[in-house]
Amino acid sequence: MNLALKDIKHNFGRFVLTALGIGLLLMLVMGMGGIYRGLVMEATLLTDRIGADLWIVQKNTRGPFAEISRIPRNLEDRVLAVPGITRANSFVSHTIQREYRGRPLRLTIQGLAWPVDKGDWLTLIAGRSLRQAHYEMIADKTSGLQLGDLVPLGKNIYTVVGISSGMNSSGGDAMAFLTRADAQAVQFDLSGEAIRNERTARVKRLQSIDLGSINPQMGERAGGESSGIPALGPSMVSAVLANVAPDCDVKAVAAKIAAWPDVTVYSHEEQRQLLLLGMVDKARRQLGLFRILLIIVSAVIMALILYTLTLDKIHDIAMLKLMGARNGVILGLILEQALLLGGIGYGIAYFLGQWLFPHFPRKVVITSDDLVMLALVVLAISILSSLLGIVKALRVDPGEVLS
Amino acid sequence: MNDRKESVVEAIGLCKTYGSGNTEVKALREVSLSLARGEVVALLGPSGAGKSTLLTALGLIRPPDTGRIVIGDSPVFDGKLLVDARTFRRRHLGFVFQKANLIPFLTARENVQLAMEINDASSREAGKRAMELLEYLGVADRAGHLPSKLSGGQQQRVAVARALINRPSLLLADEPTAALDSVRGRQVMELFRNVAHEQNTGVLVVTHDHRALEVFDRALEMEDGSLRVSNALNRELKHSRELRNEKRLVP
Repeated sequence: MNLALKDIKHNFGRFVLTALGIGLLLMLVMGMGGIYRGLVMEATLLTDRIGADLWIVQKNTRGPFAEISRIPRNLEDRVLAVPGITRANSFVSHTIQREYRGRPLRLTIQGLAWPVDKGDWLTLIAGRSLRQAHYEMIADKTSGLQLGDLVPLGKNIYTVVGISSGMNSSGGDAMAFLTRADAQAVQFDLSGEAIRNERTARVKRLQSIDLGSINPQMGERAGGESSGIPALGPSMVSAVLANVAPDCDVKAVAAKIAAWPDVTVYSHEEQRQLLLLGMVDKARRQLGLFRILLIIVSAVIMALILYTLTLDKIHDIAMLKLMGARNGVILGLILEQALLLGGIGYGIAYFLGQWLFPHFPRKVVITSDDLVMLALVVLAISILSSLLGIVKALRVDPGEVLS
Repeated sequence: MNDRKESVVEAIGLCKTYGSGNTEVKALREVSLSLARGEVVALLGPSGAGKSTLLTALGLIRPPDTGRIVIGDSPVFDGKLLVDARTFRRRHLGFVFQKANLIPFLTARENVQLAMEINDASSREAGKRAMELLEYLGVADRAGHLPSKLSGGQQQRVAVARALINRPSLLLADEPTAALDSVRGRQVMELFRNVAHEQNTGVLVVTHDHRALEVFDRALEMEDGSLRVSNALNRELKHSRELRNEKRLVP
């Protein structure tokens, strides 16, 4: 006769509510772990998906994710000339916030090296990759944008031609992919008044130096569009990403470029570690510690619940002892209930989480390893937390039946 | 007549003291008693006389400090426990208390069955015997009900069935009728007598209830931790029995 099941059946409502409470608690533990994983995944997503072997950034900076890095765009030509380099693209990334359809729209703009890179490597759930050099964008589904949406950014309007999945920045913002030129146009967009002011200032600066006096025609150029004076226009990018031929030693190629006095070179793994140890380190440590705290709280609450359930049965346990029941019978009654509570609570946590977590604003990643680990933790909590009740039960004097 | 019968329990010189110094209470003072198989003995006395202490000592629930106890052929206590108390209780002793103390989440049949399953019987065998006993005690129709759905008398009958399921050689009952009305109380006492006589079990019943004295073969009285055979009580017992016989003879 299974006493644990009989007791549960008799107090079914209480058991269900208790299991639900434990389930919700475990869902928090599970969710906290998922948020932790999501944070790490989002932080390293771009570096992992781009798959560049080398990140070449401004000298003595930690790269575009850690701080401002400015290098000339033509650096990619220098990099391409290094033996062993098969591909070099400049990297443009910045975050914008605009109003769109009456609500804030935050996007991390990524510049694709058109025409080499059209965004074919992205996982698209709708639409297509870029087909023209300007005015098209691929947006992540978490941005809320739909296929065909027309998004005004700066002085241009961009059409959403593709919807990607799972592409979020380390800050959790949806990514939008434009050609590099468009990305830079958005990045350096100025209002009409600012442009007019800048043109006037340029003419004034030119007039104040000898060059302006010697060549007055330059004044006309300086007062016109920035594109008309390319040498003075913004041609800086955040980084240059390079790939090395499979038969070449990545370290040797990196060392060669690192010897240049104006750049610093990081391998893919170094860039990844910079992200994890710098940008998201405190956040992930905070989440990790909070997760541990939640596990401890869950263990204490479960122990209290099981102890209370045992106290409720203390008279029955005394009677069982008086009847001569072995310790195994009493231990089984408490331990089986603890394991059932833990198991059912875990199941509730899992199914509730599966339903709830996708609606969270930031990525919650529950891996199989984490699920197995949590199952083991729940098993340990169930056993440990039932110990209080078991110790109490084993100390019960059968003579208490008489009291 | 009892002397010829096989002894089911033999207690010699039992002493039990609670507390120490100013709070010391001698609950048992050199108590000796013997009970034969099939014999129903009443243990009477005022509150605090040591009746329940004697019962728990004989039941190896709270063993005495000194003395010797032999149950059946087994010496179980001689200054210290000589057997595993829990195993011995499971196999040889049955208990009934003032409250039925049924497990609230088990049905009447399961409560009885559990006691036998604990004693290593199969579920089927225990279930069958439980139903036989509930039938014998007149509560078979309540077998599937939880204790909360049973009357006090029915609960006590189920408790008796539970105490008997392992065919104990000694049944110890502590004021089993205290919570029952006189009619149901008497029924339970008669049940003990029938059990003792029909199943050859020794039954020791602690009671305050003098109304059902005639069901007992013998009455013992305790006072201040000492046990004595009360002539007055046994006269009362004899008188009650004669009265009952006379009632039976009246057409």
